Amino acid sequence: MNIRNEEGMDSSVSQTRISNSRKYLAVFTLLLTIVSVVALACGGDPTPTQSSQPTPTPPPAIDDAQANPGELVIYSGREEDLIGPIVDQFASATGIDVKVNYGSNAALVVTIQEEGQNSPADVYYGSDPGSLGALESRLQVLPDTIMTKVDPKLSSRQDRWVAISGRARTVVYNTQALTEADLPPSILDFTAPEWKGRIGWAPTNGSFQAFVTALRESQGQDAARAWLEGIQANEPRVYPKNTPIVQAAADGEIDIGFVNHYYLFRFLAEEGEEFKARNYYPTGGDVGATILVSGAGILDSSDNEDNAQRFIDFLLSTVSQQYFASQTFEYPLVEGVKTHPELLPLSEIDVPDVDLGSLQDLEGTLKLLRDTGIVP
Amino acid sequence: MRVTRAADNAAFLQGPVAGALRQFMPGAPAFVWVPGLFIAAALALPLAYLILRALGAEGGLWEVIIRWRTLEILGRSALLTVSVTVFSVAISVPLAWLTVRTDLPFKRFWSVVTALPLVIPSYLGAFALIAAFSPRGMVQQLFGGLFGLERLPDVHGFWGAAITLTVLSFPYVLLPVRAAMRNLDPGIEESARVLGHGPRSVFFRITLMQLRPAIIAGSLLVALYTLSDFGAVSLLQYETFTWAIYLQFNSAFDRGIAAGLSLVLVAVAVGFLLTDACTRGRSRYTTKGAGGSKRTPRVQLGGWRWAGLGFCSLLSLLSLGVPLAVLSYWLVRGLAAGERFGAVWDAALNSVYASALAAIVCVAAAVPVALLSVRYPSRFSFLVERFSYIGFALPGVVVALALVYFGANYALPLYQTLAMLVFAYAILFLPPAIGAIRAQLLQIDPKMEEAARGLGLSPPRVFLTVTLPLIKSGVLAGAALVFLITMKELPATLLLGPIGFKTLATSVWSASEAAFFARAALPALLLVLLSSVPMAILVLADGGGDRTLQRVRK
Repeated sequence: MNIRNEEGMDSSVSQTRISNSRKYLAVFTLLLTIVSVVALACGGDPTPTQSSQPTPTPPPAIDDAQANPGELVIYSGREEDLIGPIVDQFASATGIDVKVNYGSNAALVVTIQEEGQNSPADVYYGSDPGSLGALESRLQVLPDTIMTKVDPKLSSRQDRWVAISGRARTVVYNTQALTEADLPPSILDFTAPEWKGRIGWAPTNGSFQAFVTALRESQGQDAARAWLEGIQANEPRVYPKNTPIVQAAADGEIDIGFVNHYYLFRFLAEEGEEFKARNYYPTGGDVGATILVSGAGILDSSDNEDNAQRFIDFLLSTVSQQYFASQTFEYPLVEGVKTHPELLPLSEIDVPDVDLGSLQDLEGTLKLLRDTGIVP
Repeated sequence: MRVTRAADNAAFLQGPVAGALRQFMPGAPAFVWVPGLFIAAALALPLAYLILRALGAEGGLWEVIIRWRTLEILGRSALLTVSVTVFSVAISVPLAWLTVRTDLPFKRFWSVVTALPLVIPSYLGAFALIAAFSPRGMVQQLFGGLFGLERLPDVHGFWGAAITLTVLSFPYVLLPVRAAMRNLDPGIEESARVLGHGPRSVFFRITLMQLRPAIIAGSLLVALYTLSDFGAVSLLQYETFTWAIYLQFNSAFDRGIAAGLSLVLVAVAVGFLLTDACTRGRSRYTTKGAGGSKRTPRVQLGGWRWAGLGFCSLLSLLSLGVPLAVLSYWLVRGLAAGERFGAVWDAALNSVYASALAAIVCVAAAVPVALLSVRYPSRFSFLVERFSYIGFALPGVVVALALVYFGANYALPLYQTLAMLVFAYAILFLPPAIGAIRAQLLQIDPKMEEAARGLGLSPPRVFLTVTLPLIKSGVLAGAALVFLITMKELPATLLLGPIGFKTLATSVWSASEAAFFARAALPALLLVLLSSVPMAILVLADGGGDRTLQRVRK
């Protein structure tokens, strides 16, 4: 009796404990299931089978383009927060089913190379000339109607990609430590010892390396090496990309930094006018204010060339260029669209005749940066 | 008799090839070794890709690899990895003890909160910590005046990277150690006390030794995570080997050299894996027979509870509080400035859905691997289990590219589908699941399974009715861990998901990359919030685990 009683009690205690933990488990499973079902119902868009089964298209008729505008796949190295609105506008104006794969320039370029001829991408839209140059052998020659819209110095020398918008290389400075008058006329002067410990740069960043390429082309290999070594001797702080440099300049962590111009305007939009950093454009045709472009090209494996061309045409239309000028604070590159009033006009910036997309130059720059011990 | 019949049932798996394969795994039933084989094949994909690419590298590969600089960067990576691992263990063991064994106030709250840093992507955590603690950052602006500090000490470099990675990755050690501590047989400690050992001696010579498998499993994850991290080290200006690999992609778009460097990283990881395997040894962690008392006495902290509270608060403040505060500040500032926020609900649902699938798949794949390595030790099972860590040790982008290559060229219908993405998550995040399940399995006496076999149950039945209920808490912990890490995964999600598949992590990345900080804050906060739900359920449910174990033991 006694023993049975004890056993009974013990097992009933464990029973309740176990049922407790079962209950939690059930709740957990239930939550997972609900979420999965809801996700399936709402996010029905990206079903696994969709991309593998293209919708059957009727035999193409001449006037059918209007009825079935087809689709377009864009691989974009530019962020959705920057170009999403333009893509949406294009999609709703043309009825084309546009899909965009956003990622970093390098990852997308290497992805397209790995995908080979099976790449789903029709258009590559990159934010630096280096990535476009690296992909050049996989891009189609673009028609003159597209290429002639933009200064040929800015686009591919083989007409395989076209420049879409421009950014200037600038010097961002801390407004509490410095005024414009304190800054030297040329970026080459920052090798002076007075700048020791006050500089920030991003030597691993694509834009910076494009700038070094421009420097090598315009001033010669030796001058470029001397400048890099001179800056290195000033013990600059190393950042991975532009944004943290702008932040660091505002925080007074550095006094000046080498960046692209438009990140500052994002910070001003977020933080307001009291943000303690501003841009300085080394004046008078200095290589320090080089123009770098974003650009787009059509993949040789694309079977949607018409839609791809329509998209690139749209990027070069007044509507899109106006958007870049006013919303992303970039330089518009086609005739008749005004630059944002706060930017130094393009006409006052020297545009060196350098093919910044040349892969050979890119490798030369990387080798120089390695030889000087600036990058690992 | 029924045992032989079960073996007959598996006869179809005994052709000449299968027979040869079985040689590798003496004694393992088909339901364990067949999945084991498939998983091993899947895990070999990234390695195969790297070898393929490294062989195809156009000149210059050796030039880049054989340099003093390579050795120097490897040394820096090793130093960071070892430091972060040691710090993580030093934090996690006392933390686990505080939240399991003592009368620390708000124990459940701390249990949940201390696990959450895992969901913060390293680039975001590092960015927030820099924003807060840089010489003229938020902390200086807010409190600098009070203490007369013009500038705070610099956060960049080795110490910044080591501290940031420690506070973001220590839960990899904490979670398994806490689970193991809960499942310890208190009888052993009691016997030690009876034999005259003081509390300190009991802790170091008995408890800590019992926790060894859990500490080792967690340390390995921390080490490999640190080795493969790019986000934090690049922002904190500490050049590591993974940084060099990224540089190769970003600056030269060169897959060959990047693959060669990645193979060097694999070699380092293998070094860690073998060291780990050696320290693992042949110790047994199961108890024979029933122990003494069934309840571990709760340690009364007395006045020390304040020290304990301070420790938990400080750690949580640094690892979770600061990032959350910075994010909230961005969000509030954005709201005040009238920033427009896109819908994040789709991204949230996608995140939860994909992460839940990843958790299920990882656990399903991890169980056979853990069973193989613990119950059927052989050269093959050792290789499969160790092999599974390679994906975790490689930078995410490398694994993603390997699957891009195989997917686009050999499995096109699956390419850029959710199935492919979940497959990628499984290759990346199998180790945390295996670790959690393995640690649990080690504490279970095989005698129980043998007894069930002796009573005539087939191996699958034994697994379902005896083993699985016993390792349930390990399975749940593994699933939760995979869920949390998948929530923040970026490179594979960007490259392998269906085109246009947005998750919270990709939304955070996209917005912060373009310096839209307010827009990045909303999905980032949601990421932490959503991840804390399964974590909370897990922690609260886990209380029952140890009692189940003891009931079966009886």
